[in-house]
Amino acid sequence: MSDIILKTVGLYKQFGALSAVDHATIDFKQSEVHVIIGPNGAGKTTLINLLSGDLLPTGGTIHYKDQEITDLPPDQISLLGIGRSYQKTNIFPEFTCKENCWLAGQSRQGSSMKFFKAASRLKEVHVRAEKGLEMAGLTSQANTVASAMSYGEQRQLEIAMMLATEPDLLLLDEPLAGMGTEEATEVTKLIKKLSEDHTIILIEHDMDAVFAVADTLTVMVNGAVLETGTPEQIRASKAVQEAYLGDEDGDH
Amino acid sequence: MTQEKIMRFILIGFVAILAAGPLYLETYYTELFIHMMVLGIFAMSLDLLIGYTGLVSFGHAAFFGLAGYLLAIVTPETEPTAIWISLPVVLAGCAIAAAVIGWFSVRTSGIYFIMITLAFAQMFFYYFNENNDLGGSDGMFISNKPLVGWGDFQFLDLENTTSLYYLVFAGLLASYFLLRTILNAPFGQVIKGIKANEHRTKALGYNTQNYKLVVFIIAGTMAGFAGFLEAASSGIVSPGNLHWHHSGIVIMLVILGGMGTLYGAVFGAFILTLLQDKYTGMVELMPDFMSGMADHWHLFQGIFIILVVLLVPNGAVSLLAKISQALGKKEDAK
Repeated sequence: MSDIILKTVGLYKQFGALSAVDHATIDFKQSEVHVIIGPNGAGKTTLINLLSGDLLPTGGTIHYKDQEITDLPPDQISLLGIGRSYQKTNIFPEFTCKENCWLAGQSRQGSSMKFFKAASRLKEVHVRAEKGLEMAGLTSQANTVASAMSYGEQRQLEIAMMLATEPDLLLLDEPLAGMGTEEATEVTKLIKKLSEDHTIILIEHDMDAVFAVADTLTVMVNGAVLETGTPEQIRASKAVQEAYLGDEDGDH
Repeated sequence: MTQEKIMRFILIGFVAILAAGPLYLETYYTELFIHMMVLGIFAMSLDLLIGYTGLVSFGHAAFFGLAGYLLAIVTPETEPTAIWISLPVVLAGCAIAAAVIGWFSVRTSGIYFIMITLAFAQMFFYYFNENNDLGGSDGMFISNKPLVGWGDFQFLDLENTTSLYYLVFAGLLASYFLLRTILNAPFGQVIKGIKANEHRTKALGYNTQNYKLVVFIIAGTMAGFAGFLEAASSGIVSPGNLHWHHSGIVIMLVILGGMGTLYGAVFGAFILTLLQDKYTGMVELMPDFMSGMADHWHLFQGIFIILVVLLVPNGAVSLLAKISQALGKKEDAK
């Protein structure tokens, strides 16, 4: 069991009469890329929001390493080493790229309740911010104001900020959404590279990317877990084909 | 010269004008300048909340007024109290009040934050307005100025307007540089992040509520410092200092001068005070045929403010920035 880094047990989230996440029990293994797929409205983003603390679950539990994190707020979850990127771009628009990553990196300095030392003298933060920018391919844009960048670049910045917090576990919510083919290929490569030394939980609609990076797949439908398995198992599953992949093929 | 250098040049010039103030100002204006510098400190403390953290406090006058009352309470009628005692007591009192009000307020945001800070400030106002032991609606006199010295030795005599002027001037500079230091420190980065995107700041691992509470306490304490200087220089404190009207005026100073620059708030305090003054203000500048309207100067002040907000939406400092930009370009072209 020790190779399980994160698990949910009977996790559910109720919005009025709707069960957005319906008693999901999922084990996420250390060092794997675990992709969650499912049709729109299947509850994938709600699940990520529960894992990152952005939403509180109605019931069930979440365990990270040896700790229960079910009711922790987002800042504490972040400090445990769980980083997240958002589906809807969530950056500091009036800051430069470097400043965006700076604030991310500074969060690993211990408390920022420091009033008299110039922040710019924190060398470790420089290193973290630069590293985040470099990995996400934004070094040349370090001094560009975020709101002046293209949508795809803002998505990359989203990832750069997450990386500047040096997380162990990455929660990526549709990192490829709205990217051009070229950018998407770059980011897929980046995910592949990050998977070498990170555990990744990924939501993605781009099936080429999904099958290129996934070690394990979980299919969600109507908030519930339909099936979990290797990419081959999921491809072969009749239930999955009927509920999801079948529809997708029918569309093409 | 670059735009930044020109801006710095303007600021240094402004500081030099202030530094030499008592040399060329008549007593009336020396006192007016003291008042404007105090308002400048008050406005800067609010700029920390509005311009840098994105917290619109509509009850900032509570700390300004509370400080005056605390000074009045610790100053006996018969002898002065040393500033080394009265100032820490006043600042600590304001910090505690800000901690209590802030603890409740930072749990809300947007319009609710505005309403809750306003409600607290009005509670303070009514407490002092109706407490007859503290002079009720008449307020209190502070019979003795704070003593700057030890025992019989007086380092600065605050009865002397020039001494008072330089104490306040030093307070203005100290407040400015203290805020600048805080804003450049790790703490400052976090509060700017809260203004830009609080949700993301929290997701990056910062307990934003704690940071908002601390910045609220810093701002409240500095407003208390301004209130202390105001009460010490005027020798009187009244409930009007805590009224929501006064909180509204200081918001106006920050917006008129330009948010998020600190010195903009100081300019705002100077501009608005000079416009209101009976000698330098609008009334004096009116042509004769309009003199009958002198009683309605508030109307003209309103028109002026509407014009500024429409024409120079980022406040008076943005006008300065534009001028220095234009000058900078001219230089570059040479």
